[in-house]
Amino acid sequence: MGKTFAEKILGDRVGRPVSAGEIITVRPDHVMSHDNSAAIAKTFKKIGVERVKDPDGIVIILDHCVPAADEKYAQNHKEIRAFVAEQGISSFFDIGRGICHQVLPEEGFALPGRLILGSDSHTTTYGALGAFAAGIGRSEAAVIWATGEIWLRVPPTLRIEIGGSFPAGVGAKDLILHIIGKIGADGGLYRAVEFCGSTVRSLSMGGRMTLCNMAAEMGAKIGYVEPDGVTLRYLARRAREGFEPVFSDADAAIDETIKIDASKLAPLVAKPHTVDNTAAVTDVAGRPIDQAVLGTCTNGRVEDLWVAANRLRGKRVHPRVRLLVFPASSQVYAEALRLGLLADLLEAGAVIMNPGCGPCLGAHQGVLAPGEVCISTANRNFKGRMGCKEAEIYLASPETVAASALAGCIADPRDS
Amino acid sequence: MSQGKVFKYGDDVNTDVIFPGKYTYTVSDPKEMAAHALEDLDPDFVKKVGHGDVIVAGRNFGCGSSREQAAVCLREAGVGAVVARSFARIFFRNAINAGLPVLVCPDAVDALKSGDTVSVDLAGGVLAFGDQRFSFPALPEEVRGILEEGGLIPYTRKRLGKA
Repeated sequence: MGKTFAEKILGDRVGRPVSAGEIITVRPDHVMSHDNSAAIAKTFKKIGVERVKDPDGIVIILDHCVPAADEKYAQNHKEIRAFVAEQGISSFFDIGRGICHQVLPEEGFALPGRLILGSDSHTTTYGALGAFAAGIGRSEAAVIWATGEIWLRVPPTLRIEIGGSFPAGVGAKDLILHIIGKIGADGGLYRAVEFCGSTVRSLSMGGRMTLCNMAAEMGAKIGYVEPDGVTLRYLARRAREGFEPVFSDADAAIDETIKIDASKLAPLVAKPHTVDNTAAVTDVAGRPIDQAVLGTCTNGRVEDLWVAANRLRGKRVHPRVRLLVFPASSQVYAEALRLGLLADLLEAGAVIMNPGCGPCLGAHQGVLAPGEVCISTANRNFKGRMGCKEAEIYLASPETVAASALAGCIADPRDS
Repeated sequence: MSQGKVFKYGDDVNTDVIFPGKYTYTVSDPKEMAAHALEDLDPDFVKKVGHGDVIVAGRNFGCGSSREQAAVCLREAGVGAVVARSFARIFFRNAINAGLPVLVCPDAVDALKSGDTVSVDLAGGVLAFGDQRFSFPALPEEVRGILEEGGLIPYTRKRLGKA
């Protein structure tokens, strides 16, 4: 019997074959944290260790509330910078570099075969590059800083095979919303989710990152896409080190396989207040919106801005709608600037924000008022998520968000 | 053995309603975290909860963010255990690491309603309600030690000889 990707990569780390269900202690290649690093540093000090075990394995990015919204956030950032200097942590990216889940791939930390843990649930994103990447808690990050190791359970594997070509107006975001709507918010619970099939192979790295990012929304431990030519091209000028891709064996024990025909999909939204509360855009079209958000770690890449700019070029955002655009990183920002996409969006009435998480977690830069409705390219629409529990969040693709921003209400991108 | 009253909720109780994201970088004192526990799901919870009370919920409790405060705020509010049909994986880890018992026991979820008084015997793996007894599976041996030491930090301190 062969081994799955998850079993192989974890077995390799402990130096013996492992199988799904086993609990093992591993040393991750990298541990990622963001604005929560000050809290992690406080916990780290409580352990009673003076120096971090491996400063080169730690990656810290300030992205969640950047620039600081008030004195408390400013103090939080200040403590992180002091800790980084004190401990000699070289992989530190201050405000302005971008969202952690965009920066780790861009900076070449997220590589095929790497084991990366992050104190953020969307750490699953790096599976798009063939890494084993899972979210953990703050105390666990502190313990890895102190000891270099942590326990993990070897996950069983859910394989999702996707074939067929997307119809016009449909893309990776609609696909992942469809999958989550179909299997539910716990449909991938504890499992390694492998996205495979011809549709996935045809996706750009950005589309693959959208899939793996939202694997977290089905409860998965990791998302994974087999490395191929797309991966190698993405990493050509980015990889920090050499790497060895890891693949599941053909005869590995797969817990469950689901097949999906992408050619049958239509544009979707996730309605308030859960991600698996999906509906066809046509079912909610006409619902007036107050705000539209284009960005986040799910859909803030050049291709996402490009799709929106193509729709908005030479037109005006509906007067009722505030369109906020958050390029996912400084590299995305620079490229979008070079391509003229930001000018297109600005001239259409969008507000171009700095790279970062923006209002996605309800801290600043576009939180909602009671009774307001927002359509967003983000990954979560929980009650209160954007700072107000009496507001409504719809999740959708960049195409649908752009079409809706123009229409002033939720709109089907195939209609315009 | 601990005894407490039941607060019952549904499926997919997420970390944003347990501990809203807007507090994640501004509230660092555990006692203050407790004041916001379940704020966006049940605003009366913190007024009514007592030491040793038990949250009973459906599937996928704690889904969403990795924020550890979701487990810490419940513990600090006095919650003695969370009983659910299933737990989201990061919440499950965070709860153990925070010393908050998490019990997978679908039969108990079916039988219990808000206001019921239950007792929980963690070592024995039994939850009692009136004359009914519900057994729940023990945690894997590898992680039981973390809960027994009161959480990951005291456990790690002991392992490193710092305690």
